[in-house]
Amino acid sequence: MPECKTVPLYEIAHGRTGDKGDRANISVIAYDQDHYAVIAEQITLERVAELFAHRPGVEITRYELPNLWALNFVLDNVLEGGVNSSLNLDGHGKALAYLVLSLEVELPRS
Amino acid sequence: MQATELKIGGAAGFSNDRPEGGIGLAQAFAASQEPAVIIFETLAERTLALAQQAKAADPQAGYEPQLEDYLSPILPICLKHDISIVGNFGAANPDAAALKISVMAKARGLGEVRLAKVQGDDLLAGFKPRQIMDWLIDGEDSCREDNLVSANVYLGAEPIARALAEGAQVVVTGRVADPALAVGPLVNHFGWDWDDWDKLAAATMAGHLLECGSQVTGGYFADPGFKDVPDAAWLGYPIAGINADGSLVIGKTPNSGGLVDRRTVVEQLLYEIHDPAAYLTPDVVLDLTSVRVDEIGLNKVRLSGARGKPRPKMLKATVGFEDGFLGEGEISYAGVNALARAELAADILTRRMREFHPDCRMRTDLIGLSSLFSGDAAKAPPLSNAEPQEIRVRLAVHSQDPEPAKRAAREVTALYCCGPGGGAGVRTRVTPRLKTASALVPREAVHSEVSFMGGV
Repeated sequence: MPECKTVPLYEIAHGRTGDKGDRANISVIAYDQDHYAVIAEQITLERVAELFAHRPGVEITRYELPNLWALNFVLDNVLEGGVNSSLNLDGHGKALAYLVLSLEVELPRS
Repeated sequence: MQATELKIGGAAGFSNDRPEGGIGLAQAFAASQEPAVIIFETLAERTLALAQQAKAADPQAGYEPQLEDYLSPILPICLKHDISIVGNFGAANPDAAALKISVMAKARGLGEVRLAKVQGDDLLAGFKPRQIMDWLIDGEDSCREDNLVSANVYLGAEPIARALAEGAQVVVTGRVADPALAVGPLVNHFGWDWDDWDKLAAATMAGHLLECGSQVTGGYFADPGFKDVPDAAWLGYPIAGINADGSLVIGKTPNSGGLVDRRTVVEQLLYEIHDPAAYLTPDVVLDLTSVRVDEIGLNKVRLSGARGKPRPKMLKATVGFEDGFLGEGEISYAGVNALARAELAADILTRRMREFHPDCRMRTDLIGLSSLFSGDAAKAPPLSNAEPQEIRVRLAVHSQDPEPAKRAAREVTALYCCGPGGGAGVRTRVTPRLKTASALVPREAVHSEVSFMGGV
């Protein structure tokens, strides 16, 4: 079994949040094509859902885009009514991509 | 039908963008002398509801407030060099915006401008609120006929292409799908058919990359040490060169800051995308799953492989509703035991608001420890155990009646004398709120119109 090291996702990936109504999408994009498989395997729907467990009613869909070395997460009801209704300072959810990028991943030591 | 490449510049990504974007693009296109169009996207979801309210208060208002800053510097260059301008800066009042542009042109000695207006997006002009309510697909109980303020359907690119075909130098629209600002000029330029789905998909992808201005040229991107952006204070604005086969190269204005590379392009490509195999627009359903992104030079990225599926039968509309008031107040605590004092302040605010207005939606935040990631009802776990040296407490209260929102502001201010020690830097704000809901409207119920200023 190869040795692994733990790194924060933000060291190997970047991302951006977009919003429409009460729905946000968060992209997670590998800097290096070689890391796409690790990200696709480890950044699961369940792990992302756990990050948003404190927001009631959030429903998440996950899309894989190997051609773009990217995942796209779509989060329904995450904005608690959307930018025009939420009491959050960040009603757009613009900062949320950085919450996902705080997850950790196991990388094989090379 | 023309076979040469068309260059499109994205000059604005929202209502408050920097007017220098358009200026840089106009200068670049004037120097290159190639066929070129400059597009302005200035309407966020809520912008039109605000514009509709402005128009209700003043019949000559309700269009993009920065219109003159955006257009006045570039009109002489664009008219001289045959660079078309297309923008949704008409907002709720394309008539008034067009009038303003013609006045601007006369004031600069430019004479008559061939100025087209695209209308038909305003559903309140043609339908009763009852009908609009029937088309809603979401929205809360507080979305009612009696507080409905705006209803605008996203028009497609066809009227924009028609206006350009009839010689428009400037096209003023209200609500159109953002990518349509690019799709219209491309279809007009290349003569593509409205059922050539792959070409429309390529054009939509170009529009999607351009519609947020500098968000594809290093804006909304920098993360020092991870994603560094050169000369980030002076970002260039994007230029897409699109060919007759639909392939496109995206770059930016010359001699500018920022960058265009695989990372900036993919972040923007997926921005506000839901199912990447089915991005719905009025003109085409865009499939990004086979798109290829290649860096072909410094600040030059080539994209190909966008695929299209037939356009949807229904058109999306955004409906705006008045929604009471938001009262906010903030106060800061710093130094030893700042967190404990901030938590006490939040507790005092919560107890007092609950006493006076038990039914209001409210939340408190500890900015610096836990705010953006938290939900309205529950805190997100802090990402770090280190105690912050400064904390800003925020109270937010939403109420239909203005009084609780005003009280929220007063309660925060009162902490100067009545709260924990060392409270500093109070700011408060009470603002009217608007909320939006989505509707689906049968395509055949919507009639877009193109008219020319002065009827010429």
